[in-house]
Amino acid sequence: METLNNKKRNPNTIPAIICLAAVVVLLLLLDNVLPANEFTLMLIPVLKKSAIYALLCVSMNLLNGFTGLFSLGQAGFMLIGAYTYAIISIPDADRDTVYMYSEGSDVTFSIPEMLGNVIGKNAGNFFGAIICIILAGLVAAIFAALIGIPVLRLKSDYLAIATLGFAEIIRAVCQWDKLERITSGSFQLRKYVDFGDMKLQLGGMTIKFSSLFPYLIAGLSILFIVALINSTYGRAFKAIRDDEVAAEAMGINLFKHKMLSFVVSSFFVGVGGALLAMYQTTIQASPFKSAMTYEILLIVVIGGIGSISGSCIGAFLFTACNEWWLRFLDSGSINLFGNKMSVPFFRDGFRKVIFSVIIMVVVLFFSKGIMGDKEISFAGMGAKLKALSGKSKKDKKVKEEA
Amino acid sequence: MKKVLAIVMAMAMIFGLAACGSAEAGKDGDTVYVGIYEPQTGDNGAGGKQEILGIQYANSICPTVELGGKTYKVELVIADNESSNDKAVSAATKLISAGCSIALGSYGSGVSMAAADTFEEAGVPAMGISCTNALVTADNDIYFRICFIDPDQGTIDANLINSMGIKNVYVLSMLGEDYGSGLASYFQKEAERLGMTVTADSFPEGNSDFTSYLTNAKNAGAEAIFAPCSTGYAQQIIAQSAAMDFIVPLVAGDTWDSGVISDACAATGKDVQVYCSTFYAEGKDVEFEKALKDWINGDQDNLKNNAGSDELSAVTLLGYDAYMVAIEALKAADSADPKAVKEALPGVNYTGITGEIKFKEGGDADRHDAFIKTYSSETQTLVYYDLFSF
Amino acid sequence: MVEFLHNNLAYLINGISVGGQYALIAIGYTMVYGILRLINFAHGDVFMIAGLMVVYMSTVLPMWLTIVLTLIMTAVLGFFIERIAYRPLRSAPRMSVMISAIGVSYLLQNCALYFTGGLAQSFPSISFLTKPVNIWGTSVIMAKVITPFLTLILIFLLLFLIKKTKIGMAMRAVSKDFETSQLMGIRINLVISVTFIIGCLLAAIGSILYFTCYPSVQPTSGGMPGLKAFVAAVFGGIGSIPGAVIGAFIIGICENIIKGGASIFGIQTNGWTTFSDAFSFALLIVILMIKPTGLFGEKSTDKV
Repeated sequence: METLNNKKRNPNTIPAIICLAAVVVLLLLLDNVLPANEFTLMLIPVLKKSAIYALLCVSMNLLNGFTGLFSLGQAGFMLIGAYTYAIISIPDADRDTVYMYSEGSDVTFSIPEMLGNVIGKNAGNFFGAIICIILAGLVAAIFAALIGIPVLRLKSDYLAIATLGFAEIIRAVCQWDKLERITSGSFQLRKYVDFGDMKLQLGGMTIKFSSLFPYLIAGLSILFIVALINSTYGRAFKAIRDDEVAAEAMGINLFKHKMLSFVVSSFFVGVGGALLAMYQTTIQASPFKSAMTYEILLIVVIGGIGSISGSCIGAFLFTACNEWWLRFLDSGSINLFGNKMSVPFFRDGFRKVIFSVIIMVVVLFFSKGIMGDKEISFAGMGAKLKALSGKSKKDKKVKEEA
Repeated sequence: MKKVLAIVMAMAMIFGLAACGSAEAGKDGDTVYVGIYEPQTGDNGAGGKQEILGIQYANSICPTVELGGKTYKVELVIADNESSNDKAVSAATKLISAGCSIALGSYGSGVSMAAADTFEEAGVPAMGISCTNALVTADNDIYFRICFIDPDQGTIDANLINSMGIKNVYVLSMLGEDYGSGLASYFQKEAERLGMTVTADSFPEGNSDFTSYLTNAKNAGAEAIFAPCSTGYAQQIIAQSAAMDFIVPLVAGDTWDSGVISDACAATGKDVQVYCSTFYAEGKDVEFEKALKDWINGDQDNLKNNAGSDELSAVTLLGYDAYMVAIEALKAADSADPKAVKEALPGVNYTGITGEIKFKEGGDADRHDAFIKTYSSETQTLVYYDLFSF
Repeated sequence: MVEFLHNNLAYLINGISVGGQYALIAIGYTMVYGILRLINFAHGDVFMIAGLMVVYMSTVLPMWLTIVLTLIMTAVLGFFIERIAYRPLRSAPRMSVMISAIGVSYLLQNCALYFTGGLAQSFPSISFLTKPVNIWGTSVIMAKVITPFLTLILIFLLLFLIKKTKIGMAMRAVSKDFETSQLMGIRINLVISVTFIIGCLLAAIGSILYFTCYPSVQPTSGGMPGLKAFVAAVFGGIGSIPGAVIGAFIIGICENIIKGGASIFGIQTNGWTTFSDAFSFALLIVILMIKPTGLFGEKSTDKV
C-alpha cells in the first residue's frame, strides 16, 4: 500500500499522501481501537506478513526484474538477516534459556537492551530494533558482496543455481553444531524483540504500533529501492537487463552495476528476513529452503516482473489466499448462512491443491502478471474508472485486464 | 477466455470471503470451541493426524459441557500448521480468531514453541499433547502439557540400551529439528554418564539415503542405534539397515510408536529389533481400546488418517486425554472465557486412559512412568511393553 | 590401499548407485534445457509421482504390469505437462516458463499431498530388485548393483537415438538453433514432446530403482533428488548428456564420501555430516568458478 506514492509525479503526490495517512491511521486503529473479532484478528498477521513479503518481492524484483540478474539466493540472505537480528537482540536475561543446549552463548550483548537502559524500555526496543534490522541488512549485504565477486561472472541459469547453492550452504552453516553458541545450532532462537514489543507509553495510555512497524520499515525500504530504480543507476540496471553487450558498449561498468544491484537487493532481503523473524517470534533455519525463494519468485511473477506495485499487490493476495481465505477448504465442511454443510472433497490439503491450481491459471493465462510492467498511478486509475464505469467494479483483476 | 477466468477467480475469492464471514455468522451462544493446533501436512503430518483422531474420538464421546447450568456443544476447530514454524503464527491466530477457549497441540515441539508467543499475547491457553522438548513450557505461562519431557525420555532410552549390556551406540537425528536434536542431546549426556561410547551424526532434511550413516555406525562398532526422528525417516532407517544386514537394536523416542513402524518392520522380512519409549501400553484398557478401534474402523477417513491400520498409537490416546483434560478445565472454570480456563487448568486433576494427569509448577505434567514398546518381527510384528519409572 | 577400499566399499557402491539414479533424472533436466533453455523444476516431482504410481497400482496389479504401466503413464504425464503448462508460453519471456515449471511442481506436490494424506507410503518390494547380494563382504540389494549398469545401457541407447536416428538429428538441430530448424521444416512440437517423453521415461526408471533402495515415498521425496540431479546436470555442463551422467556419478560418490567422511578417514570429530548436502553445492560453485559453463558445457556466444 505504501507504494501508492512511489511515483513522485505531481498529480499523484496529494492522493498518495492521503492514502498513506489513511493506511497509518487504519493500522493504528487495528492495533488499538478496533474490537478483536474473527476478521480483524486474522487481518493483522496477514497484513504484517504481506508487508514483509512485499519488501522481499520488491528486492527480488530489483535484481531479477530490473537488472536481469537471475538470482535464487534470497532464502539464504533472509536467513542471515533473521539470524543476525535475533542473535543481537535477545535480552541478557533470556539468553540462558534460549541457548540451553549449548549452555550459554558467546554473544553477550543485546542492542535493544543496551539502548533501553539509556533511553527507556519502549524507546530502546524501537530504536534498538531499527539498529538491529539495519545491521541484519548490512551483514546480508557483506555476504552478498563476498559471494558476488565470484558468482556474478556467471551467466543466467548458472548464476541462479550458484546462488541457490549458496543459500543451501548458508543454511547448513547456521545449523552446524560447532556454531551452537552463536546460532543455537538446530534449535530455535526466541525471546528477541518482536512486533509485540513496539509500543508507546503516553501518560497512562499505551499505544501499540506492532502492525505499523513492518509497514514503516518495508515502506521506507521500498521507497529507497524505487528511488534507486529511478536514478541513473536504475537506468543503467535496465540497460544491462535489456542488452548487456550494448550496455557495456555505452560505457556502463557491468560488474560494478551488477554488484551494486546484488548488494542493495541482498541488503533489503536481509532486512526482510529480520522483519520475518520479528513476525514469527521464533526463528529456525530449517524453513529457509529453496521453496521459500520460489514462493517469492512466484509472487514477483504473479504481480508482474518489473512492477513494484504489482509485487506489493501480489504479496498481499498470495499471503491472504495461502494463510487465510482458503483455509476453509481444509476444514471438511463450510458454514453457509449458519448451516454447516460437509463438502465431499474438502479435507486437509485441499487448500493447497486449489491454491496451486489458481497459481497455474494465473501463470498460464495472465503470463504478464497482475500489473505487467506498469505501476499504479492515481491519474491512470481515475481514467480507468471512468472507462469502466459501465462495467462491474467489484473486482480489481477485471480492471487491470481492461 | 481471460476475462471469464478473471471473473471466475474473483467470484471464487468472494465466495471464500463469504465462507469466512459466514463461519462467524454460524457462531451462536451455545457452542464452546476447542482449537486443534496440529500438523496435517509436512514431516509430522502422520503423527499430527493420529493425535487429532484421539481428540475427535473424545469429542464424539463427550460432545457437550455444562457451564453455569447451561449445556454447551463443544466444537473442534482444526488449524494445520504444516509442520513448519513459519506457518505457526497464522495457524494459531486462526484458532484464536475462531474464539477457541483452549488450543490442543501440537505434535512436534518446534511448532509448539513457535506458536507460544501468539497464544500468550491473546491469552488463550495451549496444551501440548506429545511435544516433549523441555523448552515448550519454559518461559511462558500459557503452555501446558500432559506428556513426559525429553530430559526424562532421553534418560530412559539411555538406560534401556545400557540394560541390554551395550556400550557403544550411534545417535542419528535430523539437522535443524528441535525435537530430535534435543532428545539426542539428553540421550547423549546420560549415555556418556553411563560410560557408553557415543558417535553422533545428523542428516539433512529430506534425506532418503541412510546407507552411509548406517555404514558409519557399523564402522564405529555401534551395537545399537538411537534415532529420534519422524516416522517417514524411521521407515527408511529400518528398511535400509535390514537391507544391508546390519541388525542391531534400533531405539527411538515417542514418535516411533505408530502403526507405520510395525508395517515397516514387517516389510523387512527380517528379525529387526525396534524399541521406543512411549506414553501408553496397549492392552491396559481393553474395552476402551476396542471401542476406539471400532470407531477408527467405522470410517474410511479415520482409518486412512491412522495410516490404514487400526493399530493404536499412544499419541491418539494422549489426544483423547488432552480433550478430556480440556473439558475438565472448562468445567472447573465454569466459563468458556480463555482467561478463566487458563486460571483453572493448573488445578485440574484427571485420571485418564494414559494415567493420572496433573500439572506441576511451570505447566509440565507430573508424570513418573513411561513404557518401552518393542516391535519384534520374526513372523509378524508383535508388540510388547515394559514399564520404566523415574 | 586394498584394505582401505575393502573397508569402505559400502560407501563406494552406494555412491555409484545413487549416482546412477541421479543420472537418470539429470538427463531429463539436461535434454529439456538443451532444447528449450528451460530449467524444468517439475522434473523431480514427476520422479516422485512415478514412485506413487507404483505404490498405488501394485496393490491391485501384478508387479510387471505395474512397472510397465508406470513407465507409460509417467511418459504420458510428461507429455501433458509440456502440452498444457509449457507450450502455451512458448513465446512468453523465459522467466514465465520457469515460473510455470515451479507452478507445476507445486501442483504435483500438493496433489500428491492431498491423495496420500501427507503420509509416507511404503514402496512395495520388487523381489528381483530387493534380493540381497554379497560383494566382497558387503551386503547390498540387487537394485544397487544393477543401477549403474542399467544407467549406462540406457545412456548408450539414448546416445544412439540422438546420433543415428532422424528424430535424434532433429533434436540436435533444435538444440543448436530453435528458429532456423523450424524454418528447415522440423516439426518442433513433436521434437519437444519426444524430449519430454524420453526424459520422463528415464525418470520413471530412476524412480523405481531409487525407491526400491529407499522404500518410502512422500510428496516431498522428489525435491532433494531432483535438486541434486539438477546440480549434476549443471556440473556436467547443462545441455550435455555425457556431462550430466558424469556429473551425477561424481555428485553421488562425493556425497557418500562426505557422509562417511569421519569414518573413512578416521577423523575423530562429529558433525561432518551437517554438510553432506551443502558440499554438493560447494563443489558445483567451485567448478563453475573454474569453468563457468560446467565440465562439458558449450561456451555460449552472445549475439549482438
